Amino acid sequence: MRYFLRRVGYFLLTLWAAVTLNFLIPRLQPGDPAEMMVKKLAGKDAELDPAKIAAMRAMLGAPEGTMFDQYVAYLRQLLSGNLGVSYNYFPTPVTDVIAKALPWTLILVGVTLLISFAVGTVLGALAAWRRNSLFDSIVTIGSTFIGTLQAFWIALLLLFAFGYILGWFPTSGGYDATTPGFNLPFIGDALYHSVLPAAVLLLLGPIGWVLGMRNTMIMNLGEDYIRLAKAKGVPDSQVALRYAARNALLPSITGLAMALGGILGGQLLIENIFDYPGLGRIMGQAATGKDYPLLQALLLFTITATLIANLIADLLYGVLDPRARKASA
Amino acid sequence: MTTNPAQPTPQVQPGGTIDPGDLAVAAAQVEEVETGPTWWQVIWSSKKARFGLILLGAYILMAILAPVLAPYAADNLTFNPIEMPSSAHPLGTTTQGADILSQLIWGSRVSLIVGLFGGLFATAVALLIGLVSGYLEGTWVDDVLSFFTNVALVVPVLPLIITLMAYSEVRSIWFTVLIIGIISWAGPARAKRAQIITLRNRDFVTAAKFAGDNTLTIIFREILPQMTSLVAAGFFGAATGAIGAEAGLSFLGLGNTESVSWGTMLYQAQLQGALAQGLWIWLLVPGLVLSGLILALTLINFGIDLISNPLLREDA
Repeated sequence: MRYFLRRVGYFLLTLWAAVTLNFLIPRLQPGDPAEMMVKKLAGKDAELDPAKIAAMRAMLGAPEGTMFDQYVAYLRQLLSGNLGVSYNYFPTPVTDVIAKALPWTLILVGVTLLISFAVGTVLGALAAWRRNSLFDSIVTIGSTFIGTLQAFWIALLLLFAFGYILGWFPTSGGYDATTPGFNLPFIGDALYHSVLPAAVLLLLGPIGWVLGMRNTMIMNLGEDYIRLAKAKGVPDSQVALRYAARNALLPSITGLAMALGGILGGQLLIENIFDYPGLGRIMGQAATGKDYPLLQALLLFTITATLIANLIADLLYGVLDPRARKASA
Repeated sequence: MTTNPAQPTPQVQPGGTIDPGDLAVAAAQVEEVETGPTWWQVIWSSKKARFGLILLGAYILMAILAPVLAPYAADNLTFNPIEMPSSAHPLGTTTQGADILSQLIWGSRVSLIVGLFGGLFATAVALLIGLVSGYLEGTWVDDVLSFFTNVALVVPVLPLIITLMAYSEVRSIWFTVLIIGIISWAGPARAKRAQIITLRNRDFVTAAKFAGDNTLTIIFREILPQMTSLVAAGFFGAATGAIGAEAGLSFLGLGNTESVSWGTMLYQAQLQGALAQGLWIWLLVPGLVLSGLILALTLINFGIDLISNPLLREDA
């Protein structure tokens, strides 16, 4: 129990640090990002709601008031859930912009992550079990070489070959003119658009899992309990699956929990290349278009998601491996 | 970790003098003692690492000799746009009339500078924080430093870099180096902290303490030399990350705006519609050379792993 309380306490502390970092970043900048945003928005020739200006000032920095007053105002604003309006998507609140992009990223990155995890773990376990075999060499050397390729470059090449030259897949966007909705034509269309970005993620995704699983499994295969199992005549396939792989899976599972938190950051480069309507693309646009309210909200959202995933991974590890509970209790 | 082989010392009787002949014998014995392979021999003995070193050497030569090798200046936009490869332009020209080969050669400088200084900066910060917090494990200093390390470790790197970049008006290579360095020290710092905790209770540290050395001297003069391979691996890891991050940032249009790099080449290629116009060389080569450099660094790190983990050597 102490282990779990400690993890939760630690989570709250890191969350506070992250929220404070988010408060500090715009205020450490030369000039006044909030003032700049207000002026830019006024230039949009739209009616500016005083409440919206106040929200923006609370998030990005106000000319008046001490740092402490600003900090209190910022925290209050966060708790109210009003993070300001986006400049790029004026006058939509940033939270709505994020909510709209979220499902796209969740589905594309989430599904490819789960497939990558499954494929990578199985390949890594097999490579470790048949260590120094031809299969092992192909898997490890292949992973190393593919791992040195840059994801965004592979994306560009695939887009060029299959999008432009062969014309098999659409070159940008998440769907065509059909209105989004839960109907068969739309889902089919969205799937069709996601083939190329998913291919890039599936090509590079398994690598980390392959190498991680292979290394832990090789370490586990050297343990005494494996030798005992072999000595007492447990069949090879049983030793591999029920003994070695099962234990080697531990770090990978916590890794998966952490990676699931990471997907909310979106796939910045990939989504921008394919103009895929997820979180990564709106973050890229917010950065190049200097849409500070959206950028800050996205950063906060990404960090919080990662921290929560880390907490889950820690708690999961405590449940799965009693040694971890004891070590840090 | 290599341990020094026991060095035979001339037996000196109390009150006696050392016979020069004895010294010569002792020196000869030292020569004979089987010393393990030096770190250089270990790295060079691995085929992968040797290939990586040669490849990295080629990149460094390309960067140094850029004025000689490159046919034109990287920012020379006076040629006919969209030319196919010819003897005047071996890789053709861009839509803005720049020579692709020249841009490629000059661009190697940006990647190497970012890798070198980003790696050095991150390593220096990681060393300072990791060593101090590891040596003072259990004190409040360690608690504070470890807390910062753990926060920096879980914060997603790319979104944070992009946010910081978006606020800045000046975009030089050095700003990129600074941001990448500030953000990527945490992982190496934690590895170094773990390492020093295992080292700090060894006899040689206790001896130094009794000799009256202060904490910083012990950390940096006594303990640091014992973990060279960890530091080197951390450096190459950070350098690889910095080079990849620079390319990614430049590709998003958030990199430096002053000089041509492989990332900015790809950014321009995408912006100017190289895809739709069939200018495949413009897309292909910057990514290819970038991957080659990252491959070289990855292979060198395989060799460094062999130093700290002799078990791996049999495989090589």
